[in-house]
Amino acid sequence: MGPVTTTHYVALSAALLLIGTIGVLTRRNIVIVLMSIELILNAVNINLIAFSHSFGDVNGQIFAIFVITDAVAEAAVGLGILIALFRNKETVLADEVDLLKW
Amino acid sequence: MMDALFFYFFAALVLGGAIFTVTRRNAVHSAISLIVSLIGVAGLYLLQQAEFLFAVQIVLYVGGIMVLFLFVIMLVNLDQAAKQRQFNRQWWIALVCVAAVGVEIAYFVRKGAGSFHVPQAPPGPVAATAAAGNTEQIATMLFSQYLLPFEIASVLLLVAVVGSVVMAKKRI
Repeated sequence: MGPVTTTHYVALSAALLLIGTIGVLTRRNIVIVLMSIELILNAVNINLIAFSHSFGDVNGQIFAIFVITDAVAEAAVGLGILIALFRNKETVLADEVDLLKW
Repeated sequence: MMDALFFYFFAALVLGGAIFTVTRRNAVHSAISLIVSLIGVAGLYLLQQAEFLFAVQIVLYVGGIMVLFLFVIMLVNLDQAAKQRQFNRQWWIALVCVAAVGVEIAYFVRKGAGSFHVPQAPPGPVAATAAAGNTEQIATMLFSQYLLPFEIASVLLLVAVVGSVVMAKKRI
C-alpha cells in the first residue's frame, strides 16, 4: 500500500459519482433517486476537500459548505414534492408520473 | 501507513454503502446504507484535516437529512412500490452511458494524475493560518470574503423552507 495521494481521492469521488448517477438513471422509486442525488453531491464534496487539503487552502471547504446547504434545500423541497405527489397520485414510482407526457 | 489503512477502510464504507443504497429493494435498507456511506465520507473529511466539515457532515447529513428521509419513508406507504419492478425499462441504456462516462473519467484521471500533486505552498502565510484552528479559518473566510454568498445561501434556505411547507400542506 503506497501513500494516499489526491489521485486516490479523485478516483474514489469519481466512483461514487458514477454509482450515484446509476441510481438516479435506473431506479424507479423517487425516494431512492433523491438518496442517489445526495451521493452525487457527496462525491463533489470529497473532491473539493481533497484539493483543499492538497493546496493547503480553506476555499474548498467553504465551497463544500455551500454544496451541503444546497443538498439540504434540495432534500427538503424534493421530499415535500414527494409527499404532495403521493397524496394526489398514490404512487412513488418515477415513471408512473406521466401527466405531461403526450 | 496508518493513513492508507484508514483511507481504504473509509473508502470501502463509502463505496459499499453507496452500492447497497442504489440496489436495495426496501427503501429503509437503502437509507441505512446511505447513512453508512455518509459516515465514511465524514471519516475522509477527518483524514483530510477538515474537522469542521466532519462535524457538519455528521450533524447535518446523518442527523438531519437522513432523519427527514426516514420520516418521509414512514409517512409514504412504500410497501406497494417494493413489490414492483425496481428499475426502469431503459436501465441498460443508462448503464452503457455511465460506463462510457466512467471510461472517460478514468482515462483523464490517469492522464492528469501528475498535475494533481501541488508543491506545498511557501511556509510563510500557511504556517500563520495553520496556527488558527480549522473552524476559525473557515469562519474568517465565510464572514469576510464569502459574506454575500453566505447571505444568498440563507435566502435559499428560507425559500426551501417555505417551498417545502407549501408543497406538503394539504390546502393552502
